[in-house]
Amino acid sequence: MSKEENTANRPDNTAFTQQRLPAWQPMLSAGIVIPGFVIIGVAFIGIGVALFVTSQNIQVLEKDYTGIERNSSCFKCTNPRVKNCNCTINFSLDKLFEGPVFVYYGLSNYFQNYRKYGVSKDAVQLTGDLAYFTEPSTTCAPYQRDAKDKPIVPCGSIANSMFNDTFKLFQIVNSGNVEVPFDGKGIAWWTDYNIKYRNPTTNPLKNAFNDTVKPIFWPRPAYELDPTNSANNGFINQDFLVWMRRSALPNFRKLYRRITEGEYAKGLPAGDYALVIGYNYPVLAFEGRKKVVFSNVSWMGGKNQFLGIAYLVIGSLCVVMSIVMLIVYAKFKFPDEE
Amino acid sequence: MSFFGMTWKRNRETEFERKLRANDREYNLSFEYATNGIKTSKYNFFTFLPLNLFEQFQRIANVYFLFLLLLQVIPQISSLSWFTTVVPLVLVLAVTAAKDATDDINRHRSDNRVNNRKVEVLIDGKLCSERWMDVKVGDIIKLESNQFITADLLLLSSSEPLNLVYIETAELDGETNLKVRQALIVTGALGDDISRLAGFNGEVCCEPPNNRLDHFTGTLLFGEHKFSLDNGKVLLRGCTLRNTHWCYGLVLFGGPDTKLMQNCGKNSFKRTSIDRLMNVLVLCIFGVLALMCAVLAVGNYLWEINKGYQFNVFLPREDDSGGASLSAFLTFWSYVIILNTVVPISLYVSVEIIRLGNSFYIDWDRKMYDARSDTPAEARTTTLNEELGQIKYIFSDKTGTLTQNIMTFNKCTINGKTYGDVYDYLGQRQDVTENTEVVDFSFNPLADPKFSFYDHSLVEAVKLGIPEVQGFFRLLALCHTVMAEEKSKDQLAYQAQSPDEGALVTAARNFGFVFRSRTPESITVVEMGEQQRYELLAILDFDNVRKRMSVIVRSPEGKVSLYCKGADSVIFERLHPSCRKLMEVTTEHLNEFAGDGLRTLALAYKDVDEDFYSRWKQRHHKASTTLENREAQLDQLFEEIETDLLLLGATAIEDKLQDGVPQTIEQLAKADIKIWVLTGDKQETAENIGYSCNLLREEMNDVFIVSGNTPEEVKQQLRSAWMTMKPDMAEGMVFLPEKILGKVGSALKDEVVSGEYGLVINGNSLAYALEEAMELEFLWTACMCQAVICCRVTPLQKAQVVELVKKYKKAVTLAIGDGANDVSMIKAAHIGVGISGQEGMQAVSSSDYSFAQFRFLQRLLLVHGRWSYLRMCKFLRYFFYKNFTFTFVHFWFAFFCGFSAQTVYDEWFITLYNLVYTALPVLGLSLFDQDVNDAWSFRHPQLYGPGQLNLYFSKMAFFKCALHSGFSSLVLFFIPYAAMSDSMRQDGKDLGDYQSFAVVTQTCLLFTVCIQLSLEMSYWTAVNTLFIVGSLLLYFGVTFTMYSNGLFRLFPSAFSFIGTARNTLNQSNVWLTILLTSILCVLPVLTYRFLTIQLWPTINDKVMFKARQAKAAPPPPSKRTRIRRGSSRRSGYAFSHAQGYGELVTSRRFLRRPAVSHSSHFTPMKSTSSFIPMGRSAGYSPTDGPHNAKAQGVEGTSLQMYRVIQDQTL
Repeated sequence: MSKEENTANRPDNTAFTQQRLPAWQPMLSAGIVIPGFVIIGVAFIGIGVALFVTSQNIQVLEKDYTGIERNSSCFKCTNPRVKNCNCTINFSLDKLFEGPVFVYYGLSNYFQNYRKYGVSKDAVQLTGDLAYFTEPSTTCAPYQRDAKDKPIVPCGSIANSMFNDTFKLFQIVNSGNVEVPFDGKGIAWWTDYNIKYRNPTTNPLKNAFNDTVKPIFWPRPAYELDPTNSANNGFINQDFLVWMRRSALPNFRKLYRRITEGEYAKGLPAGDYALVIGYNYPVLAFEGRKKVVFSNVSWMGGKNQFLGIAYLVIGSLCVVMSIVMLIVYAKFKFPDEE
Repeated sequence: MSFFGMTWKRNRETEFERKLRANDREYNLSFEYATNGIKTSKYNFFTFLPLNLFEQFQRIANVYFLFLLLLQVIPQISSLSWFTTVVPLVLVLAVTAAKDATDDINRHRSDNRVNNRKVEVLIDGKLCSERWMDVKVGDIIKLESNQFITADLLLLSSSEPLNLVYIETAELDGETNLKVRQALIVTGALGDDISRLAGFNGEVCCEPPNNRLDHFTGTLLFGEHKFSLDNGKVLLRGCTLRNTHWCYGLVLFGGPDTKLMQNCGKNSFKRTSIDRLMNVLVLCIFGVLALMCAVLAVGNYLWEINKGYQFNVFLPREDDSGGASLSAFLTFWSYVIILNTVVPISLYVSVEIIRLGNSFYIDWDRKMYDARSDTPAEARTTTLNEELGQIKYIFSDKTGTLTQNIMTFNKCTINGKTYGDVYDYLGQRQDVTENTEVVDFSFNPLADPKFSFYDHSLVEAVKLGIPEVQGFFRLLALCHTVMAEEKSKDQLAYQAQSPDEGALVTAARNFGFVFRSRTPESITVVEMGEQQRYELLAILDFDNVRKRMSVIVRSPEGKVSLYCKGADSVIFERLHPSCRKLMEVTTEHLNEFAGDGLRTLALAYKDVDEDFYSRWKQRHHKASTTLENREAQLDQLFEEIETDLLLLGATAIEDKLQDGVPQTIEQLAKADIKIWVLTGDKQETAENIGYSCNLLREEMNDVFIVSGNTPEEVKQQLRSAWMTMKPDMAEGMVFLPEKILGKVGSALKDEVVSGEYGLVINGNSLAYALEEAMELEFLWTACMCQAVICCRVTPLQKAQVVELVKKYKKAVTLAIGDGANDVSMIKAAHIGVGISGQEGMQAVSSSDYSFAQFRFLQRLLLVHGRWSYLRMCKFLRYFFYKNFTFTFVHFWFAFFCGFSAQTVYDEWFITLYNLVYTALPVLGLSLFDQDVNDAWSFRHPQLYGPGQLNLYFSKMAFFKCALHSGFSSLVLFFIPYAAMSDSMRQDGKDLGDYQSFAVVTQTCLLFTVCIQLSLEMSYWTAVNTLFIVGSLLLYFGVTFTMYSNGLFRLFPSAFSFIGTARNTLNQSNVWLTILLTSILCVLPVLTYRFLTIQLWPTINDKVMFKARQAKAAPPPPSKRTRIRRGSSRRSGYAFSHAQGYGELVTSRRFLRRPAVSHSSHFTPMKSTSSFIPMGRSAGYSPTDGPHNAKAQGVEGTSLQMYRVIQDQTL
């Protein structure tokens, strides 16, 4: 039979069609796995130590001010009938609380991640689209319109339930109380402030809110959120932005202010402090808790023991497992048989 | 063709009887019979969309997703945006629709091609060329040689004598020999006289359209007379006209009504065992899904009662009417939507793509391409690939599958000297290769050019005129029942009843003794260029008892001689004492031939005394006319004259095996695949082939032969067989199916037997063995044997055997064959393989895979099958893992979000996870992965074992996947949870917002599944790397794009995650979390795998290690150059047919195509009324004598069992 016969149907001879593509064929051999485990183990232990030490050095001060306990200064404010209630929490620092210090408010048992709560907003309205001021999206229900059928702006549950406690920190010095200046600028994400939330271009801003009503729980309309700074109003109010970035878990903390100015830029010196709280936000109904947190940060962010410990544990386990594997391998290695 | 292609169906239902009148279109049109156009396509331009969608939504998966979509429209339930379901669904529907559309376009094309063929139709007294589709019932059409038959026709007249036509029905029933059809005398008289044909107004009344290929009844009313019509007068569409110059036919059935199209039933839909398992698993998954949703609904109920109402301050209920119960109810459905990803729609699509890809590999494989016939392997079914890796039983046909059905005259011994071996100068025997010089037969103008012989000494001996050598070939030229056909001058063609005889006569022809033609009384032979006419005095025919045939001829010189050929044992008994010496030498040679696996015949002759002969002849005449005891008398007479023979020598014929058959069978046996040969051949032949293809081996402890004629005998033989194999079982002496089968309904277990055994069972016994009472015992016994050969089986029995194994053995079966008689088993088996490249498409067209050589089977199974199975299992394991992991995270999150059906991930991520981010890497895995390459697969056929035992994907494996996913999802949820709760970013902003958490978790998930995939992969090609790295990059690319300012400005509500990627993925602790999570997910897996490999290594692990160590590919398994059996076991002698045609040859009733020189004065000897042209071959159609009926019973096939795929046919 000659080779020059009709071979029209002969398949192509390519590495792909003949399944001969060059390939790396790794195997779980002892030579790879055991050293791999050792390397991972050592690396993890290293990371773990670094994380743990760093985390240890971060200072955190938490103060619960829910006021459940009768002896708590905020107990008086837990009565829902009391309006504009202020309470003060005193604490002292025995060493410098290194700056920059961040002030957070924390809520627990608060389900910002509840689906219906989460969807209850109008993303387009919040971009400053005036058409949605008069016609908020149905997703905002039940805070789409008020009882008189007037559109709520900003509509929806999230906005409606905005956190409205206020905090002021005073250092108690001989001469009296010195207010520690809080910096409320740039506490929200840049993208939220600049892209995601926009105010209507109407000037003055107030006019954009004609024929709309403020969220039911709000004491003031959106355009008057920050009386001290006219640029910090409407949808781009920093506190509003922080609140609107809803939390993933039922216990969370949100940034309230930074302490970056003046003599406190380096941190809070040791001494006595008084935290004055404007207690407005009701949480007792759902057994929630409120707290204030002072913290500083490091290269790895805020204090978090978990990561460091997890890295240490897993790294050690790796090392242990590599020893076990080595023993097993030495005893049972098979490839020579057969 | 009607717009919807439906109109003809309506008519057909009401048709009880078909009436038509030739040449009367108006009359025939009144019945609205279908015209000859065919329509196999399903859709047209307008009906495509609705019909295709309707079909697609008959699939349960699509309905399920439609249901999900409906759920998502309900705002109270909708936990995900509509696009998460719509995008995948539309994509899947579109891909399927595109595939269906291309298929249908191809069908349209093939329909058009067929419908537009031209045929000559008699219209208004003129022959016009018409398209096939325009031919109507009642038209008279003219066909010429080698044309396809246009429609089902009533044969009117033909160019051949006796109004015969020859047709080839290979496309219809796979039989390649010609068949004859004969017209009625009254219509035959019309001849090709156009005017008379145009005036023909016969009326046909016949059965309505049906699918019985071998049956037809009807009447023709012509003039005053009624003629009955049967199958012998009908030409069926799908056949081809051969050796007939022209014929005229009357169209009875057109297009869809033809028997061919009526046979195009739906092919039985085969599913793989993985498919079935997957269906079970999907049901389980639905169960688990319902359970999870129920748990979460209850959780929601409790949460609503305990916490939800207190949380009312910030999330008031719109309507409190339903309360917690309603909320729980809605939550249930919301979670059905969210957790739907456990059964993703992309699973089905991916499975199809993988199978398609692996089918393409089969089509593309050059090592399964046969250059001789230019046929590549073809995966005709693209849905069964992984089952190729699980075959436990192979049922093989013999003729044409294991053997080539080519007999070659290989060697001979003449007067004590062997010919046929090739020796070099040193006298060493050499193997015949392609380079060996072929003997030149050019001295003989009548030589068959296809015949090749390598030993030059034989042709020299003939030329020298050595009398024994000449006598040897003269015998071969005279003593046979072959028919010769001289197509043109010097173009001889032999029609042999058995290929053995054809080979012998062809050998004689090439060596200068050319059998040229025969009449009932004479044989014309050209001896070394001189034409001689021998008077044929008698044929002493072959049968199974005599094992020999003789002819008595009178030479041109007037000498009466008897020539005899037959089994050596029989011949040697009848030799003249003077031949003793020669006999001994010849015996030695015969043993040598037998050792080579050749089939032998001994040849002897004697000169008969004229007086003795005339006396004998009278007695013979008397004996053959008596009614009583005729056979015995004739036998006695034959014995009398076949004595004192003079030995000439012996022939050795090679029943050529297909290439590489013994090696393939050996390999498959090593892979623990049981091979059963099912053949229509007789026992000796089958057994002989069993030995030569290494199925039966000399070193086997025993080969049981079951050939009983009563059920009791068969039972006894089976019993003694299994008692030999299992002596410990023998004590009970009674076969108890309950004991063997265990519980009712469970599968028959394999018995462990020490030693190797073979079983040969013949058709008669098999019939008893397959009866309900004995089938279990038979199967049980047969399964203990390494090899089983069933001979003399009918096609139906072949299927029955396959069904039997399928019924009691939980094993995957494969049937391989080449002929129409294999179709039944090909269809019955889980996988049917057809040998292509030969004549007849029947087996191929009903097969799932086809290739040209039996030896490709080992590549199909050991390489493609194994890989496909491996890949599919890896795919499924991984696919379930990645989706369970993905989904379970939602489950854990539910406990922290008030069971509110809040998703963990971004909706876009949910939409794209299966379709984009993880689609390509897993496809890459399941299209490229191979644990070891093909060479290693061949070298260690044991690698095939895990597939047979379902080790790679089973309920257990699935459960392990689910557990693994459970672990991974816990890690994936709680590590980010712990790392992010109450944690801060480097700039002091809080970290734990929902969107950041979503991004971190989904990134962790994607890294985890990618690393897990890398662990699964044992064959990293550049493509895989590209897919994995590409997918990760794509994820980041898409994520950053989706979360970009621009897209948000365009669609604020759809892309609410703006900026999250930027703000989160720049945090060092986020990356530390991702690293920790993904490493922690895979570490236990790594440990587990490593320890398993070390402690309980599987065959795969061992071979993989070996392969990695060897790096380079191993040499292919050493080829056994020649399997020589040193045994004295005599090969089956060369007669593969049951009974000779001697009677037929001398009966003067046989039909033949006359040789050219005789054609002018050929006239039928007897009235044709007794001739029924129903036989197998047009060369010589036997009458329906008793022994022929027997012979046909063996090989006959009931045709209506077969389906015909018209695409190949038309």
